[in-house]
Amino acid sequence: MNAGSINMKKILVVDDDPYILMSLEFLMKKSGNEVMIARNGTEALDIIANNKPDLVLLDIMMPDVDGYSICKHIKQTKELKDIIVVFLSAKTHEADIEKGYKLGAAKYINKPFSTRELMKDVKELLGQ
Amino acid sequence: MGKLLIVGVSLIYLALLFAIAYLVERSRKKGKSIVNNAWVYALSLAVYCTGWTYYGSVGRASTHGAEFITIYLGPTIACALFIPVLQKIIRICKTQRINSIADFISTRYGKNFSLGVIVTLCCVIGIIPYIALQLKAISNSFHVITASADSGSIGFWRNDSFYITLIITAFIIFFGTRSVDASERHEGLVSAVAFESIVKLLAFVLAGVFVTYGIFDGFGSLFDAAVKADMKHFFTIEGEHSYSNWISMILVSMMAMILLPRQFQVGVVENTDERHLKKALWLFPLYLFIINIFVIPIAIGGTLLLGNSTDADTYVLSVPMHFNQSLLSVLVYIGGLSAASSMIIVETIALSTMVSNHLVLPAMLSSSYFRANSERSATRQILLIRRASIIVILLLAYIYDTFIASYFSLVSIGLVSMAAVAQFAPAIIGALYWRKASRKGAITGISVGFIIWGYTLILPSVINAGFLSPAILTEGPLGISWLKPQSLFGLQEFDTLAHALFWSMLFNTASYVVVSIYSKLNAQEIFQADVFIDIFNAETIADRRSVWKGTAYYIDINRLLSNFIGEERAGKLLASYVQRHKLSVDAKEADPRIVTFAERILSGVIGSASARFMISNITKEEQINMQEVLSIVRESQQVLELNKELKKKSIELQKATDQLTTVNEQLKKMDSLKDEFLYTVTHELRTPLTSIRALSEIVYDNPDMEEEQRQFYIESITKETERLSHLITQVLNLERYESGRQKLHLSSVDINQLIKEVIVALTPLANEKRAVIDFHIPNSMHIVQCDRDLVRQVLYNLVSNAIKYIPHRDGKISVAVFAEYEELKIWVEDNGKGIPTKLHTLIFDKFFQAHNQTLQKPEGSGLGLAICKRIVEMHNGRIWAENPATQGIRFVFTLPYNT
Repeated sequence: MNAGSINMKKILVVDDDPYILMSLEFLMKKSGNEVMIARNGTEALDIIANNKPDLVLLDIMMPDVDGYSICKHIKQTKELKDIIVVFLSAKTHEADIEKGYKLGAAKYINKPFSTRELMKDVKELLGQ
Repeated sequence: MGKLLIVGVSLIYLALLFAIAYLVERSRKKGKSIVNNAWVYALSLAVYCTGWTYYGSVGRASTHGAEFITIYLGPTIACALFIPVLQKIIRICKTQRINSIADFISTRYGKNFSLGVIVTLCCVIGIIPYIALQLKAISNSFHVITASADSGSIGFWRNDSFYITLIITAFIIFFGTRSVDASERHEGLVSAVAFESIVKLLAFVLAGVFVTYGIFDGFGSLFDAAVKADMKHFFTIEGEHSYSNWISMILVSMMAMILLPRQFQVGVVENTDERHLKKALWLFPLYLFIINIFVIPIAIGGTLLLGNSTDADTYVLSVPMHFNQSLLSVLVYIGGLSAASSMIIVETIALSTMVSNHLVLPAMLSSSYFRANSERSATRQILLIRRASIIVILLLAYIYDTFIASYFSLVSIGLVSMAAVAQFAPAIIGALYWRKASRKGAITGISVGFIIWGYTLILPSVINAGFLSPAILTEGPLGISWLKPQSLFGLQEFDTLAHALFWSMLFNTASYVVVSIYSKLNAQEIFQADVFIDIFNAETIADRRSVWKGTAYYIDINRLLSNFIGEERAGKLLASYVQRHKLSVDAKEADPRIVTFAERILSGVIGSASARFMISNITKEEQINMQEVLSIVRESQQVLELNKELKKKSIELQKATDQLTTVNEQLKKMDSLKDEFLYTVTHELRTPLTSIRALSEIVYDNPDMEEEQRQFYIESITKETERLSHLITQVLNLERYESGRQKLHLSSVDINQLIKEVIVALTPLANEKRAVIDFHIPNSMHIVQCDRDLVRQVLYNLVSNAIKYIPHRDGKISVAVFAEYEELKIWVEDNGKGIPTKLHTLIFDKFFQAHNQTLQKPEGSGLGLAICKRIVEMHNGRIWAENPATQGIRFVFTLPYNT
């Protein structure tokens, strides 16, 4: 891994399901970026504050702090609002999706998702 | 005994009757009805037992043995068989204000004048000798007790019984014609009759006790004496025609029980409450039974003691006299007087109503003189007619008794009268049940039957009395032998009564049926048939059925009614009717219903045929075609019923709609719950699907990944697949429990055994965590009625949950069972990190885990506890979580338990 590469971005993956988290970590690492993981909302906010990522892959339904709140926090915080937020959620209702975009998400991806398309989308969003 | 004494006693007794009747009438005016009870009703029915019974039974028993009992067996059988018939007749008479048997028949067959005339004539001809017989009984007993000779036909004014007859006449006029409305009850009179029934019963029983126990040593010694004297005819059915005789007497008395005018009067017209019938129908036979217990003993005693020197008909009285029992003798005489007088009273009332309403009134109504004068008090005229009828009837009876009776055998007069009224039976039964029965049929049947009755029963008596040539009996009229009155068509197998009854009833019934079948019914007949036959369901419709078109003026109706029942009463009745039916009286023309109502009121006074006639006089325009009316009535009735049906239907529909709305709301609620559930379920399904898809794509796209990692990924895919299928199973299970489609397969289950099984199954899993599952097996078995598989699932879920949440290495799970009052408590406790108390109820919600994951979620569907709760509740148990004394959580559930 060439951590020093200029093109390398920081990606935060947030999900409470260990297998999904594991898969996303693998995929993002494979895309050649720096990957951080959070197993719940609290961890995620912690990482965002201390180690500002370029992009967040964000689950919505989490026990402590849900994905919407995290997104809202990011977009309302001056220093953070340029973080690209991508929702990954099993909530597939129109209203849920709309809410996600309204909060400033760049993308809302339904679970289960295609790993290939996810990779493409992430690369696109990061301008890679 | 002195004549003066007996006359005095008789007068005192009759005065007592006056007093009773007067007091009852007075208390009725104050609104208290003494007559309105089943006992009085039953006692009044006992007017059936006349002087003929009182004296004649013993006489007949002395010559014919047990045969006399047939006269009482008939009514006893009738009581058992005729309940529905009587109920129907009573209901009809009450609603139609029918006041006699002639009125009943004429009303049923189209309110016909001629039928009323025929029935009345039959009754008068048939019954007057019967009344005469009672007068005879009174005078006979008078002569026996005063030991005087029968003054016979010396001149009736010198006959002592003449004065008694006069007093009775006064009594009848005074209490029998108080009200012009004959359908109104004569309460004073009925109570006097009931009182007389008690007197005659007491007197007869006392005489019987005296003979049986005073003279002899009880029944045993009495019967022994009879056997010694070789009087076996008391105990056997003997004689040439005795069986046909028995049967015919039973049959004729069965019919007489209802059809005799006096029985119809007390049983139907004077009935105050239909419900009394039920009780009376066993009280009355009981009365008959008691009064007959001592008939044979007195007959035997009389025969043994007095022999043929004394008339057997007077044994009841002559035996006590023979032993100088003055007090008893007077009492017995009074008993006989009461039996005879009660019969005379009721029979005369009934006959006088018929004579005035069906013979005199129709004749007067058709005379222009009466119609011109009817504007003035018709009430007085009718009462006058009725009083005159009473006097004429009693006079006729008296004349018959004095001048004619001596020529005929008295014994059979009662039976002959009964045979006369029996001729009404076919027309009456048909009236109640046969819609096709016609007026012509009834006229023909009754006439034919009555003519044959006269030919076979009366003619022979007339011949025997010497008025006609005996050759008619022996050779037949004009020598035609098959017309011999006592063996018509060569029939010789029956005795006189059976023979007469057989032919008269046969021709009566046959002609009634045949003529009815072949005659066309007119509208009025069809209408009345409906009213009678459907009386129990058509009652309410009766008022709406208006036969009269609204062409009568209200004022005319009011005047007509006032004429007959008095201004005050007419006004009251009309006003209450108008008010009850919310009719308008402002209109000049009366509502057709008022016309019909007026006709019914009038029927009670003057009979239906006359009432119809009077009403038709005040309806100014022509009466519309009855057939038309009828079809209109029927149609509107159908429309009415249809309407009713529709209304009922629409009410039902409204109910159904309301129910549907409620159900719909519930469904909507359930639907939104279901939606939410489904959404959560799909969400929960998407999670493992996501990892399965992602992991498998990774494995597929990265053939060069490390072997160890690849293995782990594939293992994870398998695990997630299992989780997925487990979730699906749980969802389906829960859905099944909640929908109620899951049936409980109850059996007796030893819970301890079941727990052991579950623990054994889960031990490998526990061993992985090195946990201990502790279960202290209780000493006693705990047998519970439950669904073994489902309860096993609950235990499995709870224990496996516990295993999930206990710490590694020193995890400890304990299961325990407690039998408490009517329930078994099972708990599963662990030493994991526990659950906050505020969540103790929420954890049983579906997918609570998914929504609130402060709990670590290693695996599980989020439905396990929800399923447990559902299963326990299906068993009528409870489940909850509680904090144990030390760290951890304890789940407790109960099952109903019978110790």
